[in-house]
Amino acid sequence: MSRLANKFAELKVSGRKALIPFITAGDPFPEFTVPLLHEMVAAGADVIELGVPFSDPMADGPVIQRASERALAHRVGLRKVLKMAIEFRKTDQTTPLVLMGYLNPIEMMGYEDFANAAQRADIDGVLTVDLPPEESEACVAFLRERGIDQIFLLAPNSDAERITKMDTVGSGYLYYVSLKGVTGAGHLNTDDVKERLELIRANTDLPVGVGFGVKDAETAKTVANLADGVVVGSALISKIEASLDDPEQAKRDIVALLKSMREAMDS
Amino acid sequence: MTEKHPQGHKYDMPDARGHFGPYGGIFVAETLMPAITELNEAYQRYLDDPEFIAELDADLRDYVGRPSPLYHAQRWSEHLGGAQVYLKREDLNHTGAHKVNNTVGQALLAKRMGKTRIIAETGAGQHGVATATVAARLGLECVVYMGSVDVARQALNVYRMKLLGATVVPVESGSKTLKDALNEALRDWVTNIDNTFYIIGTVAGPHPYPAMVRDFQAVIGRESKQQCIDQTGRLPDALVACVGGGSNAIGLFYPFIDDKSVKMYGVEAAGDGVETGRHSAPLCAGRPGVLHGNRTYLMADDDGEIIETHSISAGLDYPGVGPEHAWLKDTGRANYVNITDDEALAGFHALTRMEGIIPALESSHALAYTMKLAPTMRKDEIIIVNLSGRGDKDMHTIMQREGIAE
Repeated sequence: MSRLANKFAELKVSGRKALIPFITAGDPFPEFTVPLLHEMVAAGADVIELGVPFSDPMADGPVIQRASERALAHRVGLRKVLKMAIEFRKTDQTTPLVLMGYLNPIEMMGYEDFANAAQRADIDGVLTVDLPPEESEACVAFLRERGIDQIFLLAPNSDAERITKMDTVGSGYLYYVSLKGVTGAGHLNTDDVKERLELIRANTDLPVGVGFGVKDAETAKTVANLADGVVVGSALISKIEASLDDPEQAKRDIVALLKSMREAMDS
Repeated sequence: MTEKHPQGHKYDMPDARGHFGPYGGIFVAETLMPAITELNEAYQRYLDDPEFIAELDADLRDYVGRPSPLYHAQRWSEHLGGAQVYLKREDLNHTGAHKVNNTVGQALLAKRMGKTRIIAETGAGQHGVATATVAARLGLECVVYMGSVDVARQALNVYRMKLLGATVVPVESGSKTLKDALNEALRDWVTNIDNTFYIIGTVAGPHPYPAMVRDFQAVIGRESKQQCIDQTGRLPDALVACVGGGSNAIGLFYPFIDDKSVKMYGVEAAGDGVETGRHSAPLCAGRPGVLHGNRTYLMADDDGEIIETHSISAGLDYPGVGPEHAWLKDTGRANYVNITDDEALAGFHALTRMEGIIPALESSHALAYTMKLAPTMRKDEIIIVNLSGRGDKDMHTIMQREGIAE
């Protein structure tokens, strides 16, 4: 059983929901990332989505775009992110780590080389924003052989047919993007999410994480009541951006936010 | 627009999912998938719809001013001392470039799909102007994304778009040029998918854009072929067109792909020279990857990050290229060459002085390559060059670079 499947099974037994923070690797500088990952786990994170900086993050809003730009200014690309993952694993062998990013860095490395490198780094899942299931066959095959889950996105306008498709090619969990738009935008509509999740669950047994629009303890709790996992990204990165001159403060703010979410989700 | 595949036309790319061999395809976030599917269905439905085609043909004739002339540049040909050079005068279209062929077509599609809002990305501003133009004509809201670097160097086109009622949004992310404008337009589309039609200006993006834009631009090649036969009694020996994303080139090339005797030359922007790294020539000096919804040749580093490009011409300043060009390169059907900023300027001046035609800097790359190619050919051979746009928009750039000529 993969670390992700294990984690979701474990959470199910204990009646809890997964807290899944997303940060961009190397933001605001490379040495900041691995210690932050450990602190996020200590604050209650169950799964971590680690963003691979990309020069052209087409599906991301301004907050995550700027995080990518800050990381790229330190030349943090896929290779360095894999090194960070190795570093993280030295002291944490249990928390599932998912790489989230765009396809081109993986294309340039080559699917097989990437799958090997991800296996060496003990990566648990890969979420490639611009790789829909139709084009994913070759890449997924290499990952699957190595026990790495390929996680797919679902959108508010994904119909039953597409959900079934994701269920077939995806594993680990599905990530439901609860808003039409880019990351960091707008407000969560609970009724909409509820309705969509019913359709999703009718077509898959995979755990479903919900993201886009989760910004505080209250929204985290709301989502936790509906989904299997709560993904929070832009709200964390906003903390980094608010304290660029004092990264330790940013770290404290991120930990505090995650703790408040954890508490609200478990209460 | 005549039928999609004229009789005996064997080349039939792309496949149903938009692949040109390993290139093309649909590489987008899930949020865009339903919109892409909706667009593809509409495109397939109207592609062969006689009513749609009749309306498009009428617009191209009465609004755009087609057919555009095929002009024998006799004095220039004589001066070059080789092949006879014919110019396909896309610069004489309404709005001054080939871009309008495509925006007229996509706007008609948008109207039939019931979309009320049009968005576009633009580099040199020609596609933005062409989009703002058709939006004004149809009374549709129009938002154009343009890198802030391009806003500064193409001020005249920005003003034209504003006059036409479009909102021009300067994009400050990344390299602040065409690729970033495309990113921002995709973000807008994903957010406003219900009422918005995204008019992509080149043969890039996810399927069906590369095929759809090609089909709308193929009028250039169809006319050229007929005009060449009418004027000279035979097919040309070579075609030359500049390639940024590659829409004017594919428009000229496509109807000739099965005419094996016709050589094709796509001219990329070498900027300061391909060897300096400061260029926009992914086919000549890049490698395959995935960007903006399709697999194609790109300029990227070892980590897959997109490299900033350089060209004197904003319209060629793009790190990717249409996937069909990638395929035509790999199969050897077309040749891809490159021309530096300085060479393009020489081409610009040559045509201006020899023929009294002031070309766009983009098209000047094709003219500059013609200056190399024509002398190597016989005097009874024929080159058709796509004069894809007029140079008015570039006056400021050239004045800045060269000072005002006495």
